[in-house]
Amino acid sequence: MSSNAPVDPRHTALDALHRSLGATMTDFAGWDMPLRYGSERDEHLAVRTKAGLFDLSHMGEITVTGPQAAALLDFALVGNIGGVKAGRARYTMICRADGGILDDLIVYRLAETTYMVVANASNAQTVLDALVERAEGFDAEVRDDRDAYALLAIQGPESPGILKSLTDADLDGLKYYAGLPGTVAGVPALIARTGYTGEDGFELFVAPADAEKLWQALTDAGTPVGLVPCGLSCRDTLRLEAGMPLYGHELSTALTPFDAGLGRVVKFEKDGDFVGREALTEAAARAESQPPRVLVGLIAEGRRVPRAGYPVVADGKVVGEVTSGAPSPTLGKPIAMAYVDAAHSAPGAPGVGVDIRGSHEPYEVVALPFYKRQK
Amino acid sequence: MSNPQQLRYSKEHEWLSGAEDGVSTVGITEHAANALGDVVYVQLPEVGSAVTAGETCGELESTKSVSDLYSPVSGEITEINQDVVDDPALVNTAPFEGGWLFKVRVAEEPKDLLSADEYTEFSGS
Repeated sequence: MSSNAPVDPRHTALDALHRSLGATMTDFAGWDMPLRYGSERDEHLAVRTKAGLFDLSHMGEITVTGPQAAALLDFALVGNIGGVKAGRARYTMICRADGGILDDLIVYRLAETTYMVVANASNAQTVLDALVERAEGFDAEVRDDRDAYALLAIQGPESPGILKSLTDADLDGLKYYAGLPGTVAGVPALIARTGYTGEDGFELFVAPADAEKLWQALTDAGTPVGLVPCGLSCRDTLRLEAGMPLYGHELSTALTPFDAGLGRVVKFEKDGDFVGREALTEAAARAESQPPRVLVGLIAEGRRVPRAGYPVVADGKVVGEVTSGAPSPTLGKPIAMAYVDAAHSAPGAPGVGVDIRGSHEPYEVVALPFYKRQK
Repeated sequence: MSNPQQLRYSKEHEWLSGAEDGVSTVGITEHAANALGDVVYVQLPEVGSAVTAGETCGELESTKSVSDLYSPVSGEITEINQDVVDDPALVNTAPFEGGWLFKVRVAEEPKDLLSADEYTEFSGS
């Protein structure tokens, strides 16, 4: 037996269903999750052209309630959370005092004094611990709701139609980055118009006991218009094409939001202090005077796929590093996100390549994202 | 899935056909192709080059990973499958047929190649 044998992985409420569908499972942040059901390329293209159904129950939900819930989140996170209207959601980050990114988050304001913070599975405990610690002195409760929710996502152009057939909720009135409570297929759900695929779509937070019923209803309603179950593999290529950062790849504690090109999420103008304000003020000034490496897109001319950690090269020198790379089903070529020195970051910058296991392969520098849906 | 009876198999999940005029065909098994996911790039040894049993002779790149390709036997490469270079998905769709990888004039064969039944038991599929 291996000395570093992993602890038993956690299983979502849909585990038996995934196995009955023949999913290839993979360990993800301690969870046993579906990687793919059939071909990840077909799943990817289904989301781009029709619809895909995902189990995202590994994501970490944390509820923050109380008279000072907004004040606590304004202190704990870098965004202007008090300014979010009830029913809306905001993409934000939680940073350390030194400005390093602990996680990127979506915060839903469910009611005037109730928020749901959704953290990445790999960081959920870290975010929970930080919020609990930062809540001291605030009249607010931080509640671990990771076990209270299963999360299903339906993504792709057919998803509004599929969901409409199962709910009376006002989906037309539900804007991108908004969420409202409703009932889907008889199941109480928080319906959010969010996702991580670059497509229109919805995320449905439900009780774990209802997850299988909801999955089945979505499958029954969606299959005739091309909905297929989708795993984490295509979720990664979808978000990569959409230029969306992934924690552990484009984001880490070693980077501030300004280093990641996401300085806009830091709201210095909000009232009061927040964790990281001083360090982030310095990071903003530093980014102004000495531009940090820039997150860019790279498109291969050849067929070899760049992977995270591969050096980006120009004139035989290392000028950056790949953070994520994969063959793009939509473009039909390998693509990557990479941090590169500002001097080589302009779209079309000449002579840029990626060192792929010793061979310098030519790559075109492009602005992100690679793919933007037509609205 | 079923592993064709007439082939022999390595523990690195390659298959090897019987030799015609001393030349055998090599591919990877359906089990291996499924484990890799969608194959998007294959790098094969050059015709005329020598390969050694159990040693790396190329690469198979899939959506999520890159894997070394091993040769199940020692010998000289006589032909590579240009169709699979042009369309790597053949490895997934027809691993035992159109997705073959290379032909090799066998100089030496290891003793531990598996029969179809042995490989089925070894790979659990």
